[in-house]
Amino acid sequence: MTDKNWPLYEVFLRPRNGLSHKHVGSLHAIDVEMALQNARDVYTRRGEAISIWVVPSRAIVASEPGEKEMLLEPATPERKPYRHPTFYDIPDEVGHM
Amino acid sequence: MANAPSSPHYRYLLRLADNALVLGHRLTEWSSRAPTLEEDIALSNIALDLIGQARSLYGRAITVGGDERDEDHLAFLRDTHEFLNVQLVEQPNGDFAASMARQLCYSAFAVPLWEGLTRSKDSELAGIAAKAGKECAYHLRHSSEWVIRLGDGTAESHQLMQRAIDDIWMFTGEMFELDDIDRQMIAAGIATDASKLLPIWNETLDDALAEATLKRPTDGWMISGGRQGTHAEHLGHMLAQMQFLPRAYPGATW
Repeated sequence: MTDKNWPLYEVFLRPRNGLSHKHVGSLHAIDVEMALQNARDVYTRRGEAISIWVVPSRAIVASEPGEKEMLLEPATPERKPYRHPTFYDIPDEVGHM
Repeated sequence: MANAPSSPHYRYLLRLADNALVLGHRLTEWSSRAPTLEEDIALSNIALDLIGQARSLYGRAITVGGDERDEDHLAFLRDTHEFLNVQLVEQPNGDFAASMARQLCYSAFAVPLWEGLTRSKDSELAGIAAKAGKECAYHLRHSSEWVIRLGDGTAESHQLMQRAIDDIWMFTGEMFELDDIDRQMIAAGIATDASKLLPIWNETLDDALAEATLKRPTDGWMISGGRQGTHAEHLGHMLAQMQFLPRAYPGATW
């Protein structure tokens, strides 16, 4: 094992049917099959999942922190309050939303 | 000190339990020393599976044999010659390739063994086998994936993996031996005939070794005697470390 820098993978778990996979962390592995095994060993020791996804970290396209103003700020609640359903009166019968 | 029960049923269970305990303890020796964090946890998981299997099997053996000793006594206060595991599982960890070779050889045997034991007339043993079979199926997958990657890896990893397979080979034959205890238990419908598992084991090993581009060693002289209590030096050293605390501080609790 001359190269210790194995590729990085992101791990997603689905806790139960009906829920979506959720990012839980990352790990190193020598290939995709081993990444899946490592994910099982590192992240599902307490029965956390019924399904595992692993994705090479390099396959993830991430937004740039520097582009936050352009990409994400215009949609903050302060700027677009009407996109939040806060202008409706909810009848008491509906209960907790 | 109470005498060890001598019924074949008891001794058959003890052999299964000792295999699991000794291999499980060997794997705990990797804790904090494995090549990567991921592998460290993977080996600890496998160790815990095996130690869990050992506990269930000791418990069953104690009931079957009317043993007055408890499972802690069986694990921590027996001497080397009282351990009935095959010598394969007591072999030292060596390098990572050696540990994976040992694990592959044992797991490829354990999977069909537990599968057969799910039909045991000892219904509690059958229940233990169902659970252990699933665990060992993963151990087999884990170790064979590593043997394949190291064998079919760099020139260095290939050479180390081939050496590991060559070195462990003479310890594999013992798993398939039958003695009077086995024959009585097979006749009673309690045991699985281990000698009949050899073709399945051969197929598993041949597939893994072929994919790993490794050469299968020729079946030569095989080490024997572990299941009757004969062990070489390694088990004694392992037990000295494993049993130190309960022997130095009898009755110590957490």
